[in-house]
Amino acid sequence: MSEIWDGLVKAFQLICTFDTTVMSIAGKSLWISAASCLIATAICVPLGSVIHFNNFKGKRLLISTVQTLWSMPTVAVGLLVFLLVSHSGPLGILELIFKPGAIIFGQVILISPLILGLVISALNGVDKLIPETAVSLGASRLQKAILTIREARYAIVAALIMGFGRAISEVGLSIMVGGNIARYTRTIPTAIALETQRGNIELSIALGIILILIALVINISLHMLQRKRV
Amino acid sequence: MTLLRVENVGQAHNEIEILKGINLSLERGEVFALIGPTGSGKTTLMKLIDLLTKPSLGQIYFDEVDVTDVESDRLAARRRMSLVQQKPIVFSMNVYDNVAIGLKWRGIARDLTKGKVEYVLDLVGMADYAHRDAKTLSGGETQRVALARALVVEPELLLLDEPTANLDPNSVSKIEEVIEHVIKKHKISVFMTTHDMVQGQRLSDTVGVLIAGEMLQMGTPEQIFSAPLNKEVAEFVGIDNILAGMIEKKDGELADVRVASGIISAISHYEVGDDVYALIRPEDITLSLAKDHGSARNLFSGKIFKITMLGSLVHIEVDCGFPLFVVATARSALDMGLVVDTQVFISFKATAIKVIKRWV
Repeated sequence: MSEIWDGLVKAFQLICTFDTTVMSIAGKSLWISAASCLIATAICVPLGSVIHFNNFKGKRLLISTVQTLWSMPTVAVGLLVFLLVSHSGPLGILELIFKPGAIIFGQVILISPLILGLVISALNGVDKLIPETAVSLGASRLQKAILTIREARYAIVAALIMGFGRAISEVGLSIMVGGNIARYTRTIPTAIALETQRGNIELSIALGIILILIALVINISLHMLQRKRV
Repeated sequence: MTLLRVENVGQAHNEIEILKGINLSLERGEVFALIGPTGSGKTTLMKLIDLLTKPSLGQIYFDEVDVTDVESDRLAARRRMSLVQQKPIVFSMNVYDNVAIGLKWRGIARDLTKGKVEYVLDLVGMADYAHRDAKTLSGGETQRVALARALVVEPELLLLDEPTANLDPNSVSKIEEVIEHVIKKHKISVFMTTHDMVQGQRLSDTVGVLIAGEMLQMGTPEQIFSAPLNKEVAEFVGIDNILAGMIEKKDGELADVRVASGIISAISHYEVGDDVYALIRPEDITLSLAKDHGSARNLFSGKIFKITMLGSLVHIEVDCGFPLFVVATARSALDMGLVVDTQVFISFKATAIKVIKRWV
């Protein structure tokens, strides 16, 4: 019990003194996940709009498949990305393996189905009269789509936050394709896994607290967005 | 000059025909009111004319350009018209931005947009609401914003789908006032659907009656409301006395129409033996306690069998061998002591009767 207590006290000290190791790992985690989230957003919002605004054969099957991919195991994505970006893989020429780029690439694959599915749901949730009214007011197809996305903005941002939450908390993928290299590809979850094995409990707890704080901020943001939607 | 032409348009959904063979045209500056019961296809036709949906059959021409199919032509035409929906929806932005959005989509410069938006907001009495979140407006205010949004683009054709349905009397009068102002000042063409006959009569040059997806009659308000061409239209425009009968005798244009056990004198061009309906508006019938028909050709005695109070009016049903509905003011009914079983006399002029063909 005293080990946990001591660990907590030291963890708070590390956080309050802005310990360089803790801050470096937290900063790395945040920017890698933010980058993944931005890239996934840039892909999923237009792609989700195309899927939503067009009727084509297999649309329902496609959406079901996307939703199935929400629960993709991170290690499975890690394995796929490893095979793709390893030196002998088809994307080996990009030399991404054991670099932050590989983690970002993997996280984009991991969170894209989640963001894409939620973007489609968000657009579906917009009152059908909104696009119809836009068309009747003279909107082109693109203007109609932009307006509908705007109307669904809170739900879309909620989707992005969910994606960010999934990206920042995943561990298997980061270890497999990032290599958990100190000050380079070490993220909060991979650092917690490593430092716990090493017996650095206070560092693990400090990082765990930061991860929980991030989760809390994400949760509060989601609640605030949902209230705004109402 | 014809602005809109609808040729033989039909619309089907899941093999159910919603509209059948609709033909109509709208001249520049003309106001067309489409009336019909709920579910008759009015909104479907409105959406076809606004080019929101494509017809299953037929052609739609806007300013003599076929806009039935080609998307670029449809967008160009759509940008010359605007629609106010029955239940308008506002976007999640302030009132000003809601009204300005149509101009933005048309690439109108910001300074020009500002002047136009301020003008229409003032016109609809919403100038003080420009910076209010549009989602917080009441139903009447939302409808006025929708009207402003439609007018700001200066449409050549304004489409109004039941513009005053479900609104409070104050909002109705404000919206009607704006519509009348726009019609008179800007001489734009208006195509409106309404269930309010008085509104349709007052605002329109032409009225079309759409029943069960078919345009049963088109004409001036006077023609529609005084001379319906068939029983369905007569019923819809509120002619309560529709009596099935047969021409029994003719003397020039004056015909004796046998109706149940009575004979009604009416003006008709139909021949002896023709099956017809005699249509009589309740307000054209005089009810009295004494046998005095003045110049009226038709006089019947009968007994009141039902009285229904309708605010300041009373709906009286009299059995004079055939049933007749008569309208009286509540005051005169009280003064005359009218109750069920009162013996009364009914009179009406031959010219007050519209005789139409009955297909049996």
